[in-house]
Amino acid sequence: MSEAWPLYRVMGPESNHADRVEPETARNIYKDMVLLRTFDEKTINLQRQGRVGTFPPSLGQEAAEIGSAWALCPEDWMAPSYRDHGAIYVHGVPFQHVVLFAMGKGSSIDGKARVLPTSIPISSHLPHAVGLAMAAKTLNQERVAIAYFGDGGTSEGDFHEALNFAGVFRAPVIFFCQNNGWAISVPVSRQTATPTLVQKAAAYGIEGVRVDGNDALACYQVVQEARERALSNQGPSLIEALTYRIGPHTTADDPTRYRPAQELERWRGEMDPISRLREHLKARGGLSDQEALTIAEDAKALVNAAVEEALNAPAVAVETMFEHVYQVLPDFLIRQRQELQEVLAAFDKEGGQRG
Amino acid sequence: MAEINAVTAINQALLEMMQVDPRVVLLGEDVGPNGGVFRVSEGLWQQFGDQRVMDTPLAESGIVGSAIGMAIGGLRPIAEIQFMGFLYPALNQIFSHLGRVGQRSAGKFRVPLVVRIPYGGGIRAPEQHADSAEAMLVHTPGLKVVVPSTPYDAKGLLYAAVEDPDPVIFLEPIKLYRLGRMEVPSGRVSVPIGPARVARGGRDVTVVTWGAMNHLAMEAANELAQSSISVEIIDLRTLKPMDTKTIAESVQKTGRAVVLHEAPRTAGLGGEVVASIQDEAFWWLKTPVRRVTAYDVPYPPFAWEDWYMPTKERLVRAIQQALAD
Ligand SMILES: Cc1ncc(C[n+]2csc(CCOP(=O)(O)OP(=O)(O)O)c2C)c(N)n1
Ligand SMILES: [Mg+2]
Repeated sequence: MSEAWPLYRVMGPESNHADRVEPETARNIYKDMVLLRTFDEKTINLQRQGRVGTFPPSLGQEAAEIGSAWALCPEDWMAPSYRDHGAIYVHGVPFQHVVLFAMGKGSSIDGKARVLPTSIPISSHLPHAVGLAMAAKTLNQERVAIAYFGDGGTSEGDFHEALNFAGVFRAPVIFFCQNNGWAISVPVSRQTATPTLVQKAAAYGIEGVRVDGNDALACYQVVQEARERALSNQGPSLIEALTYRIGPHTTADDPTRYRPAQELERWRGEMDPISRLREHLKARGGLSDQEALTIAEDAKALVNAAVEEALNAPAVAVETMFEHVYQVLPDFLIRQRQELQEVLAAFDKEGGQRG
Repeated sequence: MAEINAVTAINQALLEMMQVDPRVVLLGEDVGPNGGVFRVSEGLWQQFGDQRVMDTPLAESGIVGSAIGMAIGGLRPIAEIQFMGFLYPALNQIFSHLGRVGQRSAGKFRVPLVVRIPYGGGIRAPEQHADSAEAMLVHTPGLKVVVPSTPYDAKGLLYAAVEDPDPVIFLEPIKLYRLGRMEVPSGRVSVPIGPARVARGGRDVTVVTWGAMNHLAMEAANELAQSSISVEIIDLRTLKPMDTKTIAESVQKTGRAVVLHEAPRTAGLGGEVVASIQDEAFWWLKTPVRRVTAYDVPYPPFAWEDWYMPTKERLVRAIQQALAD
């Protein structure tokens, strides 16, 4: 069955598609992948020191995250999951927002980027992406919607309902599934009895593409092609990006409890998405050793500065929890906010430290 | 006798029941080799294997729906929902079927299913991992809903839930999982579904609560004891069927009551408790019954959760108002 969906590859000896990525774009993708890894490693450390909350790193998935998002245009809609801080950054959420959000000091979104708040309940945002795409089509807007989710996400009813709607309405939507092998401790073999995830596209009458998720340029190209299909009324696509979560599910997770260490070695080594892209770009003449070094140093400096700034940023006022719940705050909530303000005032008067 | 926490108490109950009754099976996300994200099913997959401890695909409607089928088909399934915030895909199964099968089949079928749900806040969890949606479940006809707040009650109520012929929602306050140990005997522990527990005796005012809020109530009561205010705390333990008799008896004695819960206020279970007090103890009331609850806003990011949830200060203030009026 998987022969029907061969792995789309651009880089390496098993390449089956030409490299069509502009040199500058390729270099930007590399830069953002390095930035994402630097940020993840830093944030994991901060979490261990108790300075940020539970954090889901994208370690190992940088190509899928970054390559895919670079293929979008700013006017496209993005419906991300909790693990997609890399993609939302590429799509226009300022890096500082991403850092502040990880520290519990702000929202994951920014008014200017067309990005929905990161979705926590698995696959619940997929129907939203379909609706966004349907709206764009109805309003004659030249834009697509993309939803990000994982292998586990293909088991939820919402996944199937979203694909079915997308097929029926020929919505210009892209379902970008990062098959990283695991849903916390559950292997993908427990999510489905089919040999691939991509073949589910066939059941809904939509296009399916299986891509090497650790090949950043391939991820870029398949999204670009899916986007073109969507905009020329050829309907939605399901993309399965084969990758691997080399880190824990979140900082609260201990993968040694459930998965073999051997599996990890390959993904950390020869399959590592960042070194693969680096070698490819070097061979293509698009990146020198010195440039790679500078990119790494710049990433460190950017992350350190952003983290420093976020650590020093004032806590957001507690009363903010009442803001924007409704466009106009109803009276009963005005009274509840008043109660909170009284509680806070009494607390401050007694010299309490707000936690 | 060993002192154990709630996680160990629930784990023990699961282990013992599975050893005795081959019909008892466990299903959910990450309950197998990983032992559950809170380690509640630690070691069970290793002992009982894949057929009795099932890691399912990531689909809550599938988990509860198939567990309903298993229960009708002769098993005694215990389904785990990873966090209450992820129960919602299964609400169709719960609202549309779980509590209705008995009546709709004229008693031909029963659904002896236990749905275990870690719930509640105050644990610095990521967004949407700290909901308290017990009122929706209590509102659903045909269900029983329990929420232990001690390791002993956790073990005893889990035995009672699995032995019960009808569906039982078993809520596990995440905050209490590892907070406090107590002696819990090995083997069957008996805590029937229904009766509330007087967690602390007192004269002046009754606080009705459940789950992790018991600890807040206890802190407030300790503080108020220093100014010679004597607080009685009722830990409901079973939310449905609710032990309104114990509540009424307490309020008839104290004449004042405060209901405390960590769920939002509007249409929260507090309203139901207040209604039961006015039904059964109205003529004994000296002052209006007050509610201390979370605010009616979506559960905020964890940086604000201490202020979103009831604080000791708010509870103390409500109790003082109840006494002053
Ligand atoms: C509806 C729902 N159920 C359960 C969870 C708890 N949970 C969070 S992440 C996760 C695994 C997700 O795996 P996958 O979809 O493969 O994405 P990945 O985390 O690997 O990126 C689970 C079970 C959730 N967030 N939402
Ligand atoms: Mg996964």
